[in-house]
Amino acid sequence: MSALVWSLPAVPLVTGAALVSAGRRGDRAAPVAGVSAAALSLGLAIAAAFVRPSAMAPFIAGAPAGLAVDGLSAVMVVTVTAVTFAVLVYSVGEFGPEEARARFFGLMLLFAGSMLVTVTATTLPLLLMAWEVMGATSYALIGFWWREPRRVDAATTAFLTTRAGDLGLYIAAGAALAGTGTLVLDQLPQASSGWRHVIAAGVVVAALGKSAQLPFSFWLSRAMEGPSPVSALLHSATMVAAGAYLLLRLQPLLAATGWAGPLVAWAGAVTALVLGAIAIAQPDLKQLLAASTCAQIGFMVLAAGAAGVGGGVAHLVGHAATKSLLFLVAGVWLATLGAKDLERLRGAGHRLPRVGAAFTAGGLALAGLAPLSLWATKDAVLTSVWAEDSALYVVALVAALLSAVYSAKAITIVWRRSGDVEETSRDATETSGAVGGWRAAPLPVLAVIAAVLGVYAVPAVAEAFAELIGSPATEPAGWQLLLSAVLALAAVLGTITVVRRGVRLPSRAQVTLASWLGLERAAHLLLVRPAFALAHALARFDDRVVDRGVDIAADAVHKAARLADLRAEHPIDAVVGAVAGAFRGLGRLARRPQTGQLHAYYAQAAALFAVLAVILVLVR
Amino acid sequence: MLSLVIFLPLAAALILGAVPRMTGTVVRVAWVTVSAVDVALVVWLWIGYDAGEGIGHETDLQWIPSVDSGYHVGVDGLSLPLLALTAVLFLACAVYPAPEGGRFRVYAALFLFLESVSLGLFAALDLILFFVFFDLSIVGMYFVIAVWGHGERGRAALKFFLYTFLGSLALLVAFIGLFLAADPHTFDMVELSRQNPLARGGTTAGLVLLALGTGLAVKTPTVPFHTWLPPAHTDAPAAGSAILAGVLLKMGTYGFVRIAMPMLPDTWRRYAWIIVLVGLVSVLYGALVALAQENFKRMVAYTSVNHMGYIVLAVGAAGVLARGDAQARELAVTGAVTQMVSHGLITGGLFLIAGVLYDRRRTYEMGEYGGLAGQAPMLSGLTAVAAFASLGLPGFSGFIAEFQIFTGGLATATVATALAVLGILITAGLFLRAYQRIFLGTGDTAFADLTVAESAAIAPLLVMALIIGIFPRFLLDVIEPASRTVVELVAR
Repeated sequence: MSALVWSLPAVPLVTGAALVSAGRRGDRAAPVAGVSAAALSLGLAIAAAFVRPSAMAPFIAGAPAGLAVDGLSAVMVVTVTAVTFAVLVYSVGEFGPEEARARFFGLMLLFAGSMLVTVTATTLPLLLMAWEVMGATSYALIGFWWREPRRVDAATTAFLTTRAGDLGLYIAAGAALAGTGTLVLDQLPQASSGWRHVIAAGVVVAALGKSAQLPFSFWLSRAMEGPSPVSALLHSATMVAAGAYLLLRLQPLLAATGWAGPLVAWAGAVTALVLGAIAIAQPDLKQLLAASTCAQIGFMVLAAGAAGVGGGVAHLVGHAATKSLLFLVAGVWLATLGAKDLERLRGAGHRLPRVGAAFTAGGLALAGLAPLSLWATKDAVLTSVWAEDSALYVVALVAALLSAVYSAKAITIVWRRSGDVEETSRDATETSGAVGGWRAAPLPVLAVIAAVLGVYAVPAVAEAFAELIGSPATEPAGWQLLLSAVLALAAVLGTITVVRRGVRLPSRAQVTLASWLGLERAAHLLLVRPAFALAHALARFDDRVVDRGVDIAADAVHKAARLADLRAEHPIDAVVGAVAGAFRGLGRLARRPQTGQLHAYYAQAAALFAVLAVILVLVR
Repeated sequence: MLSLVIFLPLAAALILGAVPRMTGTVVRVAWVTVSAVDVALVVWLWIGYDAGEGIGHETDLQWIPSVDSGYHVGVDGLSLPLLALTAVLFLACAVYPAPEGGRFRVYAALFLFLESVSLGLFAALDLILFFVFFDLSIVGMYFVIAVWGHGERGRAALKFFLYTFLGSLALLVAFIGLFLAADPHTFDMVELSRQNPLARGGTTAGLVLLALGTGLAVKTPTVPFHTWLPPAHTDAPAAGSAILAGVLLKMGTYGFVRIAMPMLPDTWRRYAWIIVLVGLVSVLYGALVALAQENFKRMVAYTSVNHMGYIVLAVGAAGVLARGDAQARELAVTGAVTQMVSHGLITGGLFLIAGVLYDRRRTYEMGEYGGLAGQAPMLSGLTAVAAFASLGLPGFSGFIAEFQIFTGGLATATVATALAVLGILITAGLFLRAYQRIFLGTGDTAFADLTVAESAAIAPLLVMALIIGIFPRFLLDVIEPASRTVVELVAR
């Protein structure tokens, strides 16, 4: 059945690549092609979930490319394709004919297709490939409106931040080869002890980066510059979910190191807590939802660290449905009411009641209210945490309360009657007031899913789910379900009262939290600026020292040549000239006696003989 | 057969040079046809070569018997990919529009001459033959830059010539050293690799490797011998830059795997750490200096220093035997050879793209551009592909190369490789920044999109990078046995 597992990602990837390369010529066909490819992928994913195909192909030496759909992957592929399908259906209504629809649908399919490879890959090279392609397509999607520099800047921030984390996976791959001799994911926990730590560290960094956990969270705030459907997909079943998936998949590796499990658990819990607080302070709905994504992914990361894989995966699925719904509603409001500031969204619920109802369902699920999905799944996570560390449990419980607070805050505001929502569309992609059929279609379906997944609270369901994904059952304990339900309800009611009275956070806390703790500025100050300063310093060094040195050396040779010419060549030539002159003089002297007159020769001969005779006499 | 591949372009060059008064079209058709035939012949060589057989398509004739130097050529898994790359890149240059500077017939003849020289170098199995081709490549490229370049072309060409010629003299010294150490004296590469003439090491062996390494490092180039590269690239015509980066630089890196590693294994192992360090410095230094550039072509030139640094790092790591098994070292060498091919295709494409920019606006300064994506969607699309390919995005050949280098290198040169990984983050930053400045944002002045000839030259290079990136087996099947041989030779 290897054809099935290859075609599952191939359908969106190939369609997506074709649409992107078609450019503007593909705009007319793009919505139909995009939605049908997404539908086909959903069908293939469901088939794969039952058939459980796997395949292996040679790739690089010692590291084949493997794809397989096991229980965990089955859950993931169905989630990914279902959310993609819903978001693309919505997108048909979002993008008018004047937009680059082929590029949009193509990139979305590439994005989803790489997520499908990520969650089915059984070997590291293939996982890393898909992981990075997903990052690159997220760049192209966030910067979709490329004429506006702030959107492209946001895209660059997202790509570079996540890629900085991805470096961890490159190192993990090298360590895996050194430690296990293979790059198969299942083998990683068996790596020899030294390399095992390197692998785990690399994986953890990459996953935290992708999942926008602390301290990487800021890129997700900027990612809001992309079109609404991009946020809906990026925040739910792809990209940020990939980090959580990787940690859940490699939970045995984390456990095998001893330190990685607790570290990851704390990273997740602290992110859930801090980003929950940040979400409360956001004046902008999309920013509130973004911070909430970090916080909710924090619960999944916490689950991976606390060996609660079943609860973590269930939370991922419930959150994917909930968050895609909420972002799509935010998109509807942005497009029809032209507003994403919470203040300007006052009363939005009344203007579009059915959309408002869908938002409320999603918001209440996000708040963790019983009996909706995230209430049950989050408590499953908390139960496994309780078994590990009670301090961690308290932190996570407070974080859960915060999610009730920010959700309730958003819901309360959109249902308040007082304000008038202006019709201006400062940031609207289009201004048609009516909610088209395409846009409205996915909302009720997602709302129902977000609600009914609460059945996870039924122990039999949780056990069946755990069996499906092949991990120990982590059904939530009864008292914890009750406790969190009561706490969430109290928090929701309390928030409604507080928001209605117009109580605000203290201004300093508000400013700090609203700016996401200034994490992006810190990254700029501590990393980007020094990197640029170093680059410029080295470039100057290159020009003024290295290259100049070469030039000086060449000049020195030239000067030496001149010097040789003046100091050596000329004197030597002068000596040669002098010698020649001397011989010329001697020659002239020697010519003197050659007079051609016989008497002169006799006289010379006589003189010479006289000299010879004198010498003979003296020497003898 | 192999000799036909090597000398077919030269024959065409002689005919082009001898026959006066040919129209530009005739020259173009002849040039493209000969290059295309040569590509087809290389493909035929590839099909007829069995990766397990070692050296194939061999010819060994006497040339200068007094020093046992012969016309010895052949192909194996190290040279065949580079022969193919050479033929493909020269075909792309034949298709690409000629620069101003006239004398198109001479230009074509010179490129055909360079093609023969480059093919001959990669096929050479004799040091003297290698040296002759090495020097002729310098001469040919000198004229390409000096006559058809722009800006300070005379100065750049002279610097290129003198610097790389000096490097080649160092090579000659090393070759003579190897000749003298061999018993019986020979310049034959196969024989020298078998003999391992300087196995006892000592000062002589160290000096020979120093001369060899310096000569190859100049050509590669590695830091600190790289400063001829940016001016040469900036002032060369587009096709000249593509050949310079795509083919001529590979002569340096090829020399490491073909000559230095097999012939001086003990010395290579002893000084492997220095080579790793030179590679690491080139990776980081090249990337950082590229990040600071304002001139697009200079930036791409510095990324070449970065990309060549990965190769040097990998071949150095393959000499570190202390840790890691042979599998990791083979992976590093395979990655190095893959990187040579990959860099040739991608950077060749990038330089041709830079030529398009210069053709339209007469400048490479990134600040002079902006918002081109609106006016030139094809150019923007291809540049986006080339930029992402060059920053090592999976799905393109650069990833296959760098992934193997990192994965293989980490086992032996752990710290250096872990630091070198930072290079792909810096290149990502610089390419995104450059792309944003030139193509994104708003711009209103007219800019003509790619012509048919331009896209026909650039697109196939990137398509090949894509094919290698997704289906690398056809390439790796050829390289892997050869890198296994190299690793075994180094380890003896």
